[in-house]
Amino acid sequence: MNTGKRLMQKSLHIDPGKCTGCLQCEMACSLDNEGAFNPAKSRIKVFDFHAEGRFVPYTCTQCAEAWCMKACPVDAISVDTLTGAKVVSDALCVGCKVCTIACPFGTINYNQTTGKVLKCDLCGGDPECAKACPTSAITFIDADWTGLERMRDWASKTDSGTRAEA
Amino acid sequence: MAWARKLLRVDLTKGTCTSEPLNMDWAQRYLGQRGLATKYLTEEIDPKVDPLSPDNKLIMTTGPLTGTCASTAGRYSVVTKGALTGAIACSNSGGFFGNEMKNAGWDMIIFEGKSAKPVYLFVQDDKAELLDAGEHWGTSVWDTEENIKKKHQDPMIRVASIGVSGEKGVKFACVVNDMHRAAGRSGVGTVMGSKNLKAVAIRGTLGVKVKDIGAFMTATANGKAILAENAVTGQGLPTYGTQVLMNVINEVGALPTRNHRDVQFEGAGDISAEKMHEKRASDGKSNLITNGACFGCTIACGRISQIERTHYTVVDRPQYQKASGGLEYEAAWALGAATGVDDIDALTFANFICNEQGYDPITFGATVGAAMELFETGAITTKETGGIELKFGNTKALTELAEQTGRGEGFGAEIGLGSKRLCEKYGHPEMSMSVKGQEFPAYDSRGIQGMGLAYATSNRGACHLRGYTVASEILGIPEKTDPLATEGKAGLVKAFQDATAAFDSAGLCIFTSFAWTLEDVAPQLDSACEGEWSVEKLLEVGERIWNLERQFNLAAGFTGKDDNLPARLLKDAAKSGPAEGKVNGLGEMLPEYYQLRGWTTEGVPSNQTVERLGL
Repeated sequence: MNTGKRLMQKSLHIDPGKCTGCLQCEMACSLDNEGAFNPAKSRIKVFDFHAEGRFVPYTCTQCAEAWCMKACPVDAISVDTLTGAKVVSDALCVGCKVCTIACPFGTINYNQTTGKVLKCDLCGGDPECAKACPTSAITFIDADWTGLERMRDWASKTDSGTRAEA
Repeated sequence: MAWARKLLRVDLTKGTCTSEPLNMDWAQRYLGQRGLATKYLTEEIDPKVDPLSPDNKLIMTTGPLTGTCASTAGRYSVVTKGALTGAIACSNSGGFFGNEMKNAGWDMIIFEGKSAKPVYLFVQDDKAELLDAGEHWGTSVWDTEENIKKKHQDPMIRVASIGVSGEKGVKFACVVNDMHRAAGRSGVGTVMGSKNLKAVAIRGTLGVKVKDIGAFMTATANGKAILAENAVTGQGLPTYGTQVLMNVINEVGALPTRNHRDVQFEGAGDISAEKMHEKRASDGKSNLITNGACFGCTIACGRISQIERTHYTVVDRPQYQKASGGLEYEAAWALGAATGVDDIDALTFANFICNEQGYDPITFGATVGAAMELFETGAITTKETGGIELKFGNTKALTELAEQTGRGEGFGAEIGLGSKRLCEKYGHPEMSMSVKGQEFPAYDSRGIQGMGLAYATSNRGACHLRGYTVASEILGIPEKTDPLATEGKAGLVKAFQDATAAFDSAGLCIFTSFAWTLEDVAPQLDSACEGEWSVEKLLEVGERIWNLERQFNLAAGFTGKDDNLPARLLKDAAKSGPAEGKVNGLGEMLPEYYQLRGWTTEGVPSNQTVERLGL
């Protein structure tokens, strides 16, 4: 029996309601991965739904059974056992783009400059996008409890009878 | 590093696009953006040129920090000889266009000549070409942006364009990017229209690097922490936007009302930030949907608003029922207090039209206010206005004229002249509330004395972005001065003007200066750019830029006599509020200002000053 305790896995958690669309996350991501401020090469993208007044950051959610990983014919995508991230090996990737077709969310994409695919790798466990976000719209939290804050918000609205004056 | 070290020269007459190395000696002396583009413009055009002739040039320019993660570093400016003023024009815009230009590898784009037919410039990294804009000519900014993205099948293209007003020669047309961010003042869009240049569309994927990334990340993180902790940039601006000022400025008796006849507006509360937040009784929603940021901005003062669906302006017009760029303070003041209109949704609609058709809401609102005074005094009648009862407070007159001006039609074409030309045409030049042909923004200089001097000496005509002493006189930043006193204001104005030129030229938003001084900017520049960038050097660069702009205006034909205010502000006392009984004391401040600047008593930079600044 394995009694060894696993490290707590963390997930990126995105709250679009807090996003102002400033793109600091895209700059941080591209700096870490490409060595320059270059939103065009960011693994996280912020979408501006102008007519609705909504900004939504979006990136890979690191599926447990990742479509991209299963689809890759050369096994270039593997699990980082420390973080749970699905990581592309540039040495193995042949740029066939099958993973970009397999991913239901569009969060793995081809980079024509390198001939490889790009996806979020959680920066080895310390994601730059979350650190750069000025409004905490992107956080890196316990993977098992990404819904905790929202649960708490709703819990606070339930009527549970007597209470002290706040 | 930081600079792309490259500029794109577009000859519209010949239809050519060529790459040139950026003059790095000039970059060390003028930094970038406003300063560096002004240097290029003054070297390349005759200051006496007709702004709308092919011999005028138009420069789109980024700063060295544009495109980096320094907070607010997404700015770009349009520099040219202004169509409204005939003075140097430099209009600064946020949004995401500046960053895209830099990421495509260009510090600036210089447009010269005039195209024989409507064109747009399409830039993909180092590839640039002029394309036919026949299908876009005659369409709005909003449609042009959408259609160019569709045509190139690339939603990530950023577009800066002119609307129909810019094509029709409205003198205060803007260049609008990202739907509702504008290089707004002085008629830079009019110049673009005169060149048959409809739009510039850019996609940049090359990235921006800095000199010392470790030091830069520390310096920019320190800067962001200061912005977050500051009450104005950390709380006031994100929550209320610039509109946080409406009630404040009204209370101090400095809210110009009905063409500066009054200094307080009884409807100020109804057009304020608080009103934008208020939930309507009818549908439980508010005018304000959310705040939004420009590229890299950790303040996020931008307003995104939506008009009540049953409001008369949007019934059966779905394109205006969507959320878009909402009222900022200057626009809310010009469209509202200056005209006596207090309907927040009508003002939001007029603001949408300004964005959609690309013209400056400040000059527009102020000119409508002047036209209302012409109408009420009988200088014009419904015969001239095409039947519009142009009285102060007439909401429908305002929104109708917004649409007419957008199309350059009807009496809107006359509003499109700006207040100076309009009031001269009808025999009442004294009714134009302007300096060097450009209308005042939202602060009455009888109640905020330093702003009178800032307006009178601003190189692009009356303006709040060339020396915002409101920060000191009202908000106490960096320290409180008495708004009703003239003493000490000459030095204050000069200090604000020089520092502002440095902020602008770095590629930063001037709103950072509510929290930052040049002490906070210098380490960000120093770690990003070649050369040494100290506070002292930035102050010198700022002063050099100010004097260069001044020299251009003097060569263009302006003199010290143009450093003046309309008689109304110098002779007619404020009627109410803390400034009641006061006029602006320009005469007490101007001679000292000239002296501090090292200018002659006629307002000309002395030989010694020219030599000291190496001009």
